[in-house]
Amino acid sequence: MKRTGLFVPLAVFFLIVGIGFAGFQLTDPHKLPSALLGKAFPEFTVPLLGDPDTQVDRRALLGRPVLVNVWATWCPTCKAEHDELMRISAISDLRLVGVNYKDDAQLALRWLADYGDPYDFTMQDLTGSLGVELGVYGAPESFLLNAEGIVVYKRVGEINRRIWEQEIVPRLAVLMDDVDVPSGG
Amino acid sequence: MSPPVVKALLVSMILCCAAAEGAAPVDTYTFADTHQESRYRALIDEFRCPKCLNTNLSGSDAPIAMDLRRTVYRLVTVEHLEDGEIRTYLQERYGDFVLYDPPFKPATWALWLAPVGFVLISVLVLLRVLRQPPAEPLSVSETERLRVILDDD
Repeated sequence: MKRTGLFVPLAVFFLIVGIGFAGFQLTDPHKLPSALLGKAFPEFTVPLLGDPDTQVDRRALLGRPVLVNVWATWCPTCKAEHDELMRISAISDLRLVGVNYKDDAQLALRWLADYGDPYDFTMQDLTGSLGVELGVYGAPESFLLNAEGIVVYKRVGEINRRIWEQEIVPRLAVLMDDVDVPSGG
Repeated sequence: MSPPVVKALLVSMILCCAAAEGAAPVDTYTFADTHQESRYRALIDEFRCPKCLNTNLSGSDAPIAMDLRRTVYRLVTVEHLEDGEIRTYLQERYGDFVLYDPPFKPATWALWLAPVGFVLISVLVLLRVLRQPPAEPLSVSETERLRVILDDD
């Protein structure tokens, strides 16, 4: 009876180790949960990349599901991601919209000319103010919106084959249950 | 090492620290009055830089911290928002993360209440320990045995 009490400190020790272990496994502390998830994509007005006289706003993103991808030529991961975006634009009818984030317009246009343009259109966020509205803290970041402009998924970091197949395709299937989206592969 | 060398080393170390201190980012913003400026400074000290985990906006060189300082500046001087409204503004965009003090809500109940729980447990343990009856004094034979054991080497 008394002896069992001796094991209490050991049990507490393992409890603490267990909580710590689970805590460190949970998530990457560099990945912030998005405050926008489940909320409406914010209002904005920005010019188009390569066509600064044309302003677009939130209404340009409505009507059908859209993947808004924040990218820049100074962002190495965006280069890694670009091939996958090209592949997605080729195999699926998901609409891609780019946000060229704090970038040089000439460099950005050359990037699209050299590596291909997967986007329906690209918005230019020269100062990062649209980025602040979106809670962007680094590129690339991507937002999947439904037809009403509600953010249903956010990805901080690159979109790769695994993210596309495991995170985006299932959500798209829910969003466009009458539209056939090839899963690729 | 001779004392002058040590002294020179110490001085250079102190100078390095001073240089690092001076390297903290400085934005050239102008304010209508000192009240606005002190509010701005307090706010950028209060918010956490989303990119750098453990630095506030005022202490970070990250481009996003620069953008957010500019945003706070605009909210203070152009939009004339209250401090609370600015907190809400940033929280709506960057989540609870930007607030160093997490708000009290179901997801953080454990976080806020755990210290209280630990104090309660400590008090219970302390009471148990204090309530234990004092140990019986050793009998003559036990004292003798103890002496033998201690002397045994």
